[in-house]
Parts: sequence; structure tokens; C-alpha cells
Amino acid sequence: MATVTVDAPTPRTADASSAQHHPLQSSLSRGRRTRNRLANAWMILSLAIAAVPLLAVLVVLVVKGAGLIASTDWWTESIPSNVAANAFGTQEAQDAFGNVGTVAKTEEVVYGMQPAIVGTLLTTGLAALLSIPLGIAAAVYLNEYGGKNRSASTIRFFTDVMTGVPSVVMGIFVYTVWVLNFEQSGRSGLAGGLALACLMLPVVVRSAEEMLRLVPNSLREASAALGTPKWKTTTRVVLPAAMPGITSGAMLAIARAAGETAPILFTVGVVSATNFSLFGQNTTLSAQIFSNATQPGGESIAWGAALTLIVVVMAFTLAARFVSSKFAVRIDQ
Amino acid sequence: MTTNERADAPAVTTATAPIGAARLQPNEEIPTVVTEAVFETRDLSVLYSGFRAVRDVNLTIRRGEITAFIGSSGCGKSTVLRCLNRMNDLIEGASVEGEVRYRGVDLYDPAVNPVEVRRRIGMVFQRPNPFPKSIWHNIAYGPRVAGVKKKSELDDIVERSLRRAALWDEVKDRLDASAMGMSGGQQQRLCIARAIASEPEVLLMDEPCSALDPIATARVEDLMRELRDDYTIVIVTHNMQQAARASDMTAFFGVEVNPNGDRRTGMLVECDTTATIFSNPSDERTENYITGRVG
Amino acid sequence: MTDLSLRPAAVTIDDLAGDRNATRPDTLFSNGAKVAGYLVLVILAAIAVSTTTKAWPAFRSEGVGFFLSDNWVPSQGHFGARAIIYGTLVVSAIALVVAVPLSIGIALFITELAPRRIRSSITTVMDVLASVPSVVFGLWGFLILRPDLKDFYNGVADAVSGIPVLRSVFGESLSGQSFMTAGLIVGLMIVPIITSIVREVFQTVPINEKHGALALGSTRWEMIRGVVFPHSTGGVVGAVMLGLGRAMGETIAVALVIGASPQITANLFGQGEAMPSVIARNLNEASGNYRAALIGLGVGLFALTILINISARLLVKRANATKGAR
Repeated sequence: MATVTVDAPTPRTADASSAQHHPLQSSLSRGRRTRNRLANAWMILSLAIAAVPLLAVLVVLVVKGAGLIASTDWWTESIPSNVAANAFGTQEAQDAFGNVGTVAKTEEVVYGMQPAIVGTLLTTGLAALLSIPLGIAAAVYLNEYGGKNRSASTIRFFTDVMTGVPSVVMGIFVYTVWVLNFEQSGRSGLAGGLALACLMLPVVVRSAEEMLRLVPNSLREASAALGTPKWKTTTRVVLPAAMPGITSGAMLAIARAAGETAPILFTVGVVSATNFSLFGQNTTLSAQIFSNATQPGGESIAWGAALTLIVVVMAFTLAARFVSSKFAVRIDQ
Repeated sequence: MTTNERADAPAVTTATAPIGAARLQPNEEIPTVVTEAVFETRDLSVLYSGFRAVRDVNLTIRRGEITAFIGSSGCGKSTVLRCLNRMNDLIEGASVEGEVRYRGVDLYDPAVNPVEVRRRIGMVFQRPNPFPKSIWHNIAYGPRVAGVKKKSELDDIVERSLRRAALWDEVKDRLDASAMGMSGGQQQRLCIARAIASEPEVLLMDEPCSALDPIATARVEDLMRELRDDYTIVIVTHNMQQAARASDMTAFFGVEVNPNGDRRTGMLVECDTTATIFSNPSDERTENYITGRVG
Repeated sequence: MTDLSLRPAAVTIDDLAGDRNATRPDTLFSNGAKVAGYLVLVILAAIAVSTTTKAWPAFRSEGVGFFLSDNWVPSQGHFGARAIIYGTLVVSAIALVVAVPLSIGIALFITELAPRRIRSSITTVMDVLASVPSVVFGLWGFLILRPDLKDFYNGVADAVSGIPVLRSVFGESLSGQSFMTAGLIVGLMIVPIITSIVREVFQTVPINEKHGALALGSTRWEMIRGVVFPHSTGGVVGAVMLGLGRAMGETIAVALVIGASPQITANLFGQGEAMPSVIARNLNEASGNYRAALIGLGVGLFALTILINISARLLVKRANATKGAR
């Protein structure tokens, strides 16, 4: 199997220039060495090309959004409804008269984002409450009961497939089965939470199953040998042992859900005042970014919301990594 | 000496209190002559996915004795041990033919609940397998699962079990520390204490010292001798000296290979007192193994 | 009843039967877990049924024309999605052209080149990249990247204006919103997922074959070409298809930078439209047949991504099973 394709014939006698080199170095032809270097460059460059935009995005977010999210208004006030008017107002004033304020300006904009922050936490929290217990239960079935049998394999396969279903489809799904059936009252934090839960479920199932698989069988045997019914073995030994890993996977799923926009668009509606209830229309950070990005004067709101969102998402992502690295030792015996 | 008491009529020569209460009453009359069969197997075979791993084992294990299973690897000694508390049920594709009677009751009767069987028959494994919990929680685990809730009662059980396993003095000051931080030998004794805490009637030990160093091994063997008075112990070992040192009875298992050479089936060659097996075995295969010619 | 005084120590079958009721929680628990497991299948089926039902009016009135005609004029009730499907395919293709070489390069870097201690930090970078929400990339693309890209596109268009084929592929850009912009951003977004799967596939290449090749005097690159790539073909194809599925479903970033005008054009710098983005932008306000048509696009997207995912998963599964079965 180990067929090694050698592009250039390896010269037994080294050419003149490389004859001065150490004999171990001189056996490579210049072409082979160049190709090897090009390959190395490709690998390093790939990483750089992927990392640079990431860095650029993060820097721009901080530069454009830090001012807004540093103010308390941002966390406590409603979303301003007069940004567009305000933007036009000041601009016209400048263009026409070359000095600001001579035209009656609309009242000052108070940049607040509390409704979207609350909405994001509500929808994501509900999605987590629904999908994490169900996902763990499904993972318990797959790993502790189903094993390699046909129904477990089928479920496992389609769970993988479901992770590939576009998030916009989850939004459409909840829109068709929920929102359309309730018309006006259909759009709510509850509906958004349902859509996000559908999105999170397969991710939680697979990551939790992976973690359960890492729990050594000797622990299950130890518990069973003490006369423990299987469900107690599962809840008292297996799940606790796998919990750090499951937590970490669940947090990654939460992070991903918190940043989702497509499933939110058709399901939560629009609102500019804080709604702490799962019922009634709501809004989220991602929805605010999307709608303000293209709205005149909405740019700074969009940047602020984006930075807020990234902070939430990164907090969950990094906490997940921390949890998994800190407690991973407990699992391997 | 052999099975003159048939399983369906377990002739008990001495009166003992209901099991479980036996050790709690110091005034109880301790049986001096013990002839009760705790386990009897008849034509016991174990199949893994249809292939016979062990065949036709006929064995009697008596109360209050240490019985050792010896034999080369792959002879099915662990497999047979795991039939005695139905741990084989947990292995996918494993099935059992024949009969295993525990004090007269067929363990594989459909009415028998394997969970109840395992509660009465404790097991210690090849590698120490403490739960990733504190020492206290490891010991209290079995009783709590069985429904003991009171903290004081659990504390008593924990102390009693750890003392019984000669571990109390080493760990009494760090009961809340994780069991994963103990040495391998301590972990194994903790596992023995954990098994004792559930007040089993029998202790099955599956090569309990194979992962331990000689000093830790010696301590576990000492412990076994101490526990011998209260428990019937069945131990699987690959270490002949250990069997010779520690056991009263020894069962020797052999392997037969099919003509193709691709299937190995274990079988019981003979079972007798340890002294007989090691000095004057009746089967040539036993002798070859004991003297080191095979295996 | 047996006389207890005579045979007190005998165990009866009732003793070992335990409490009958004790097994009930076990049954409840395992059945509950099983129901949760089947929930995934139920949701997938429910998605297919409910979206198809709501899309049915559009499918019925348009017939095959729904997918084949490129006459998409909602105000006049024409719903031919060909141009929109075309946009999705073009954007996905650009994304793959961008992402595949990058992902394979990064995966090789992690498995073959990087010192052990920096491997985990590269993985962290990939995790962070994967966790940046789509809408944030979209915002960045729309507000920051688009103006610069517009100048760049028009520069390229000028440069190639005399060359026949290139002239039509790299044409003028009106706003910087284009297939290309969407493709570039989506490509960046699918790098982490392709990288992580390709990396796993590379890690299943038997180490002794790699060492064998190196021992024969191969350079690292020759070893990669001779051993790593032949061993990983199936898995890499699967990973690329998974990336393709992701790219097709990518919604919000595309909605912000593609330009929202359904058209079939060779000009990659021109504006277009894609299936998920047209849904995202219009479903809220749509009603009647328009709504049904948008949901119908969702059905098409669902079917397409499911098919791609199934074949990709089968490929990855087979590749990992036959190669490094460890």
C-alpha cells in the first residue's frame, strides 16, 4: 500500500552546488526540496488566511462597538426607534446649512439594547432547557441501551444528518407548525426557543453520546455488581462521570444557538421594549444586527449588538473549553 | 465431600440466621462444620454470540471457604465467575446453558431478578474501579442505592466497612477526598470495602491482585484471609502461588482448541482441595500446568 | 410454608425475585430515553411533512416550473426559482473553491507540521472561528468588506476587459454585493467544519505507513502525497460535501452581501440571490402563494441538504471504518 510517488528521480550523485553541504542534506534534489517547502508554505498560509479575517472581524467589532456597550444605557434602555430619522436629520442639516443644529433636530437617540439582550437570553435559555435534557436522554438511549442495534444506528445516523439541516429550515419548520397556526400571537420568545431547540438537539445528542462513550465500562460494572438497577447506575455513576464533557458540549451548542438569526427571524417577531415573557413578540441580538445592518443610521446599533453577541458567544465557547480541559482527567482511569 | 446434597433439597446442617443479619449479631451461633453448597453448577456452558467459550462446568462451591479458579488465560475461569452473579448478562451476545444454583435457587430462573442477585453476591474486579467520587460516597453508594438514607447510619456503615477492609486508619481523615487520588492497592481495598458495605453473602474476586504490586498484593491476601470467616469467597487468579497460599479449594480450568485452531473452549478439568491439587492432582493436565510444563 | 426453625438459611426464589415494583423505574427510564432518541426522527419527519404541506399551493400552481423557470416576480405571482437555485449553487461553488484548499492545508498543518504544543491553540482558533455567528460575518462583509471589494472587483474587471471569457466572468460590480462576496464569506465560514473532519480522517492514516515512506527517503510532502492523500480520499470527499451542505444553507451572511436580485449571469461580481437568503428576507411579509413559494424553496433546500448530508456521512463513515479501524 505504501506506494511513494517520487516526482523527481533521486540523484545518487549530488550536483556540484550541494556537494559542499553535509552529505545527509545533499541527497535531495532542488525540485523536491522546493516542492516540500511550497507544501509547508501552503499549510502555514492556509492558517494565516483563515485567521486574519477572524482577527479583523474581532478588532472591528471592538473598535465600533465598545463605546456603546460600555454605557449603562445599552444594558438598561429600550431599543431606539428614532435612529433613522435622527441620521437623516443631522445629515440634511449639515448639507444644507453647513452647520449642525439649525434645523430642529429630532430628540436625542438613547442607545439601548436591553430588549434584545433579554430576548436572546430568553430564547436561548428556553432552547437549552428543552434540548439539553432531551438530548442527554437520547444520548443515554443511544449509548446505554441501544448500542449497536439497528434503531440506535438509524437514530445516530439521522442525528448526524440533522446537524446538517440549515438553520433557516428550522425557522421555517416552527413557522409552519406554530406561528401560522396562531397568526398574530404566534410570534413569541417561545416559538423562537422551539426553533433553536430543534437546532441544538442533534448537537447535544451527539456530543453527549460521545462523552458517555468515554465513561469506562468498569464503572458500570462496579455499580451493577453492587446490585444497582441500570437506571440508577446511569443516573448516579455514568452521567455524573460524563457530566463535565456533556456540559462542555451543551455550552458549545448554546453558544451556537445564541448567535443564530435565521430561525429567529420568522418566529420571535419585532419589539422595541423589553419583554420578559416567553409569550408575546420579542427580539434578539442577532435579529437586531440583521435589521439594523441595512437600515440608515442603524450601523452603530448593529455593531454594538454584534459585539454584545460575540461576548456572550465567546464566553460560552471559552467556558466550554475550560470545563472540558479542567475536568477531563476525571474520566480517564 | 462432593454434592451429596442436591440443590432442590439443600440440606443445611447448621442453623444460621437469615443472611444479612448473620454478621450483625455477635451472639449468633457460628457454624463450625460447614457443608452447605453455596453454588452448584450443572453442565454450565457460556456462549458468546453463539460460540462456546466454556463448556460443561460441574462445580460445587461451599460456604465459608475460599475457592480459587486457576488456569491459563482464555480458559474461561473469569467467564464462569461472572455467571455466579449474572454479570455476564451485561455482555452483549452472551448466553448461558445449563444450571447455576445459588443455595438451591436456579439463578437463571426467569423469576430471578439479576439486580437482587448482584446485591447478595458482591464482586471485586481485576482493575480497581472506584467511582470518581469521594471515599465516603464510594462506600455509601451500595447502601444508599438499597435505600439507606440516614447520614448517621451511613457513617456507621462506612466506618465498619473500611475497618473490615483494613483501610480505616489510612483514610479516616480524608473521607471526603476523591478515591481517584488513592494508590492502586488502596483503591482495590476500597473496592473490597465497597462490596462489603452492601452486606453481600458471597464475594467474587476476579484476579483482584493482577494490577497491584507485591506489597499491595500481600495486603489484599491478608484481607482475604480475614474475611474468610464471614464470607464465602471465590477468587480467580492467574497466580498459582496465590491460589496455593490463600485458598481452601482449587478448581483448575483447561482449554481445548478445535481442529482448525481458531476456537478455544474452556472447561473445568478438576476441582479439589488446594492441597490435593497442588500435591497430588488426579488429572495429567493439572499436573502439567502446576509444574509449569504448560501454560 | 417451610418450617423456618429447621431451614432458616435457605434462599427461596422469592428472595431473589426482588421487589416486582422495583423494576418499574428501570422500564420507565429506558422507555423515556428511547422516546427521546426517536424524537430526532420524529422532528425530521415533521419538518418534511409540515413544510411540504404549506408549500403545496405553490408547487401545484407552478408545477416543475417552480424549479425550472427563472421568472421570479412575486408581485405578478410568478414563482420560477431557477435563478435563485443558480445563485445558491454559484455561491456554494465559490465557497468550496476557497475553503477546500485552506481546510486541507490547515488540517495538514495540525496533523503533520505543527509542534504538539501549538496544536491545541490552532484548534482553539478554529473553534472561535466556528463560533462567530453568521450574522456577524454578514455585518462585517456588508459594512467593511463590501466597499473595498467593489473597488477591487472593478479593478479586476478593467484589467480583464479585453480577454474574452474572463471578461464575462469577472465583470463590473455595482455595489460590491455579489456572488463572489457571498462565496468568499461563506467559504471562510465553512473552513472550521471541513478542517475538523479532514483532520480526523488524516489522523486515521496508519502511522507505520507514514514512517515507512519517510524511512524510504521521501520528503514530508512526498509522504503526504504518497500515503496520506490516497488513504483519505473518501473521507476528504465526504468532508467537502458536508461543507457544501453548510454552504448551501448559509443564510444571513449571504442575505446581507449577495444583492437580492435573482439573475442568471456568468458575472461572478454581479448581484444575485440564493435560496435561504430570499426566504430570510421575505417570508415575514409574504402571504398566500408567495409565502407558499418561499416555504417551497425551504423544502427544496431541506431536500438538497439532506441528500448531500446523507451521502457525505456515508462516505465519511465508510472511509473511517475501512481505514484506521482502531
